[in-house]
Amino acid sequence: MAALTPISRKPLSLVLPTVAASGGLLGLFVGTANNSGLLGIVIGAALVAALAAFYIQVLKNEQLAKWISILGFLVLGFVFGGIPGAIIGALAGWFYHWFTYWLYEGRYRQRLLPYLTPGQVLWHYSFRVICGAIFVFLITPILVVMPLSFNSQDFFTFTPEMLRFEAEGYSLKHYRDFFTNNEWQRSFKNSLIIAPIATVISVSLGTLAAIGLSQSHVPGRRAIMAIMISPMIVPLIISATGMFFFYSDIGNWLEGTLGLPKTFVGYVKVILAHAVLGIPFVIITVTATLVGFDRSLTRAAANMGADPVTTFFRVQMPLILPGVISGGLFAFITSFDEVVVVLFVGSASQKTLPWQMFTGLREQISPTILAVATILVVISIALLTTVELLRRRSERLRGMSPG
Amino acid sequence: MKFTKMTALAVTTALVAPAVSAQEMTIVSWGGAYSKSQKNAYHDPYSDKTGVTIINDDSSAEAVAKLRAMNEAGNITWDVVDVVAADAIRLCDEGLAMEIDPDTMLAPAPDGTSAADDFGDLLVSECFIPQIVYSTTFGYRTDMVGDTAPTSVCAVFDTEAYPGKRSLEKRPINNMEWALLCDGVAKDDVYDVLATEEGQNQALAKLDTIKDDVIWWSAGADTPQLLADGEVVMGSTYNGRLFSVIEEQNQPVAMLWDAQVFDLDGWIIPAGLSEERQKRALDYIFFATDTQRLADQAKWISYGPARASSAPLVGKHADLGIDMAPHMPTDPNNAQNTFLYNYEFWADYRDDIDAKFQAWLAK
Repeated sequence: MAALTPISRKPLSLVLPTVAASGGLLGLFVGTANNSGLLGIVIGAALVAALAAFYIQVLKNEQLAKWISILGFLVLGFVFGGIPGAIIGALAGWFYHWFTYWLYEGRYRQRLLPYLTPGQVLWHYSFRVICGAIFVFLITPILVVMPLSFNSQDFFTFTPEMLRFEAEGYSLKHYRDFFTNNEWQRSFKNSLIIAPIATVISVSLGTLAAIGLSQSHVPGRRAIMAIMISPMIVPLIISATGMFFFYSDIGNWLEGTLGLPKTFVGYVKVILAHAVLGIPFVIITVTATLVGFDRSLTRAAANMGADPVTTFFRVQMPLILPGVISGGLFAFITSFDEVVVVLFVGSASQKTLPWQMFTGLREQISPTILAVATILVVISIALLTTVELLRRRSERLRGMSPG
Repeated sequence: MKFTKMTALAVTTALVAPAVSAQEMTIVSWGGAYSKSQKNAYHDPYSDKTGVTIINDDSSAEAVAKLRAMNEAGNITWDVVDVVAADAIRLCDEGLAMEIDPDTMLAPAPDGTSAADDFGDLLVSECFIPQIVYSTTFGYRTDMVGDTAPTSVCAVFDTEAYPGKRSLEKRPINNMEWALLCDGVAKDDVYDVLATEEGQNQALAKLDTIKDDVIWWSAGADTPQLLADGEVVMGSTYNGRLFSVIEEQNQPVAMLWDAQVFDLDGWIIPAGLSEERQKRALDYIFFATDTQRLADQAKWISYGPARASSAPLVGKHADLGIDMAPHMPTDPNNAQNTFLYNYEFWADYRDDIDAKFQAWLAK
């Protein structure tokens, strides 16, 4: 996309309605917040269109127009919403100035190929706006949680103090609660015990199953495969009910006949149940990587005298490792996130983090949940970044290009 | 390989070791501030005295269903369960809770009055050991009601004087009574009227007048959150939750005690525990429901102790240092106009009225 396209000024008949529409959108938000959406649209559209006309027809100085926009909207925002309003106002002011000139000077064509029709140009930008909107739609619920977790009150509310950015509106007390409260610490510890062990079990069993099922001579492969991934398809509540009765019997036998302690048996039950839920993810990802695996490599290894176990660990495993790792990540997240099965199968000594969050939400809406959510998001980002960095490093070491 | 084996071994020992030595019991309750008050007043002193570790399970909301399932699976993991009186009656009828003899299994009052007399009328079931009297009542935003604060429960139905949303519990109980009361039915006749088809329709018709302004709640924490947000002008919830919003969280909210509905909450012991666990559960109950302990709980939450002998011992809030007696639902100033949850009526009519109420909600 070379920047060679010649650009020309556009008529006001294009600029003004477009700018007015975007002004109306902001007006809708401000207006709705002040109890009159319709009035907001009209005023917003008129205001922004008038400004655009003024800049283009009268002022004719882009730098000056920029500062007028920013300051004007800053003051307006301050009147409506205090300091946060002023910040949003300044941003909006900058945006409208930029948008007006972007349209008027025809800069929007600058980076595009010269032969595109207006329709194609429109679609080019609509496509980006749609993508951005989807991104905002996905990420906002997670972002909203973060400032709320620093709330100094015990409610899920943006208090007036928080909106005015005053220090007393914020506090770390919910984080303190998480790190000092026994219930939270115990459930965090339980999650850290249960999820990794369940992951190890599901990765081992799932990888073995995937390798076995990828052999063409296994009879009834498809049927076996369907049964193995059924825990992923059957509604979780159904699996959970079945597991409750199934593992109750196993638990009674372990406790009664073998005399194992109750708490230990409780952990075994939950770990096994979570491993079952994780296996389908491992099978699916490993099967997918096995498709690209060259069978002649195992025959070559056998030819050179390696037994099947050595072949597996030295030849096959390194090649399918990416599939195994991503399957393992899915299995870990499944167990770490799981609340339904553990509610049925576990007893209070096996209370995991999601269980604690669930009861916390039900019985007292405490922002400690938000603090925990924030910590978990940060940990997951750190984990995924580490995995990605390690992957790139190993690819670099092996002389492959990243990506 | 070696590493994973070692880790597995270490984890296994870590799991087994503490479980072998310590005695444990699982106590089921409601969570939140309520569980905290029980921990402070009962669990911690009991653990100090006996060395038993107490694990809290916040599952009281689904206690009946879970106890049924546990009983069917032959695997009862709970030792003592905190339930409302209505649930205790159901569990007792189904044989899922063991019967308690108050005179031999519960502590007498300090002056020698037997436990049966001390609890009096509150022993509503053979399996139920009452713990607290709580009430479901309304709280309102003091900054959203204008100059005249509401004094009567009928303010809930008066959307002209008090515009804005109100939150009500998503079930017919209490709402139907309040609706009839505000539709001109005398308090003594409420249940007679509600037993008839026309009476039920009358109550629903009254609720219909505010249906568009109602946010329905199902968890006790909802109304406090809605009030704190200013999303509702008034809403019903348990009085202890409102106390916490007003006194501990300093929100601009006040209590409307008018026509509050008293209910009981207390302990049951699941039937079918092993002898050793049953003995421990009974020992805990004997300790946790004596006169002093019940009075202690009121230091952390504004629910009235179920024993007559505990009332004079109610003191100050443990952290705030304010007198707790005026915040009790049973305080004479607050209890000028009250209902007592009518167990018999709702046992007979609940399924029927529930169905009607849900159908009305969906309309």
